Amino acid sequence: MKILVGIKRVVDYNVRVRVKPDGSGVDLDGAKMSINPFDEIALEEALRLREAGKAAEVIVVSIGPNACQQQLRTGLAMGADRAIQVDTEERLQPLAVARTFLAIAEKEQPGLFIVGKQAIDDDNSQTGQMLAALWNRPQATFASEVQVEGDTATVTREVDAGLETIEIDLPAVITTDLRLNEPRFVKLPDIMKAKRKPLEVIPLSDLGVANDNTLEIEHFAPPATREKGIMVDSAEALVTELKNRGLL
Amino acid sequence: MSKILIIAEHNGTELNNATAKCVSCAAATEGSIHILVLAADGAAVAAQAAGIAGVEEVISINHANFAQVLAATQAPEIAAIAADYSHIYGPSSTFGRDLMPRVAALLGVNQVADIMSVKGPRSFQRPVYAGNAIIDVSVPEGMTIVATIRMASWAAAEGGNSAAVSKREASAETPTHSRYIGLKTEGGDLPDLQSANRVIAGGRGLGSEENFQLIYQLASKLGAGVGASRAAVDAGYVPNDMQVGQTGKIISPDLYMAFGISGAIQHVTGIKDAGTIVAINKDAEAPIFEVADIGLVGDLFSIIPEIEAAI
Ligand SMILES: Cc1cc2nc3c(=O)[nH]c(=O)nc-3n(C[C@H](O)[C@H](O)[C@H](O)COP(=O)(O)OP(=O)(O)OC[C@H]3O[C@@H](n4cnc5c(N)ncnc54)[C@H](O)[C@@H]3O)c2cc1C
Repeated sequence: MKILVGIKRVVDYNVRVRVKPDGSGVDLDGAKMSINPFDEIALEEALRLREAGKAAEVIVVSIGPNACQQQLRTGLAMGADRAIQVDTEERLQPLAVARTFLAIAEKEQPGLFIVGKQAIDDDNSQTGQMLAALWNRPQATFASEVQVEGDTATVTREVDAGLETIEIDLPAVITTDLRLNEPRFVKLPDIMKAKRKPLEVIPLSDLGVANDNTLEIEHFAPPATREKGIMVDSAEALVTELKNRGLL
Repeated sequence: MSKILIIAEHNGTELNNATAKCVSCAAATEGSIHILVLAADGAAVAAQAAGIAGVEEVISINHANFAQVLAATQAPEIAAIAADYSHIYGPSSTFGRDLMPRVAALLGVNQVADIMSVKGPRSFQRPVYAGNAIIDVSVPEGMTIVATIRMASWAAAEGGNSAAVSKREASAETPTHSRYIGLKTEGGDLPDLQSANRVIAGGRGLGSEENFQLIYQLASKLGAGVGASRAAVDAGYVPNDMQVGQTGKIISPDLYMAFGISGAIQHVTGIKDAGTIVAINKDAEAPIFEVADIGLVGDLFSIIPEIEAAI
């Protein structure tokens, strides 16, 4: 079985993102870029499945300009067997991303397509579910445990009420939550080795993916700021303050 | 005029409060509001939905396949009746976030995630970058609007209504490739985190599962819900459903008290809508103090008993 893993190049989660004064977007000039943390977890899970003998090949896929080859190389250094860059300068919305992943899935015929449950830039949390719908296959979102046995996977999902378990037939889409695993660190020799692994570039236009029914994003604003608070110097003073404000 | 369909979130017998919040967002969107209840036997839930003010009609579709919630089962049914509506709303809970994008894809549209406010019938605001930016999103004419509603931004609509309930037959084919196995809940009798007026939360500073009892005790004294940082959940002090933040629950209690939580952006984005934020941390430089309305620098292990004594 092959496993495809979607990888998005996003601003690193430690960067303090600020809106540009003219409201046209956020200022990412010179900001550190990384693999979306949830996608890194997706890749780690795929690698563990391969190491456990449940999968033969792990392929990382990213959609974007050449810059995202950096994240694909990191994925290869982590242990993916090969990489695919779907080359485009456009910033695709989730539906077009799902359509692109579907086109790749039809070509590669994976048993599992694993992606992060959300990307920390757009916070959309849509791509995996959309891919599953278009592919007409099961989805197991927000996974915190995955077990593959033959043609089925048993997945524990982090839901608002607790932990839900579902069983799905493969091929299927899984989206990963934070507690699924802890991604491995990349070692220097692996980075060298990754340079020799295959990285295929496919122009988006070759895949015949429609990019319609998009949302219009018009303006970026900074979030409302809270008024500056006060400091108190004892538990009693805190309780008095809360009582004065009618909160206790 | 807009015709809005809200997908009810429920557990088979009880309607989740998230649904009434979606109704508030729908009311701000302006249009006729219908609620869809998919269940094995949805009579009780449909009756509760019909009680929400502003709802015009409740559509109840009963089928054995809807006994458990599976997006793969529900999405085709929703897509099948979507043509009658301009807007389809669901809560941005794990239920809605699992289901609504699947519906959107079946309809061939992008989804608007986490609506915070409505600027017009086809124009909305939503957070991106963990709440570091708020964007205006418009949906072009002719496209069905599929959206999730950010619950912390909306109060639940009032009750007192008695809308008509109409029953319909299931029409979509149900896939058999996904099977529900079970749900494990650990929260016990604590007030629901997302609707509690007060929330007491603990972080890595608590140090252990045993020490976290201090948080539970204070919470039960105050009738508060219990929240936690990701670090506290990862360390196994508390179950996952208590995580507050970008990837946990977004909450808006009147009072939020954070003990031993540093205030990482991913955590803070989950509490920005709280009425009053109180931070107790031994590090005066902790970023949580930047968002706190009331801060106290000190050791939580001595401060919690002192607070209990002073109440
Ligand atoms: C993609 C992604 C998503 C994330 N999503 C979330 C999320 O949804 N929610 C979330 O919370 N985090 C999330 N995080 C993690 C987040 O970045 C922080 O790591 C986490 O919030 C830290 O938790 P903490 O404040 O409990 O721990 P720490 O940052 O370790 O802080 C512990 C605090 O306790 C204080 N302390 C220690 N002992 C005491 C004492 N005796 N008395 C008083 N104070 C004490 C310390 O001074 C310190 O400030 C996410 C991270 C990533 C990368």
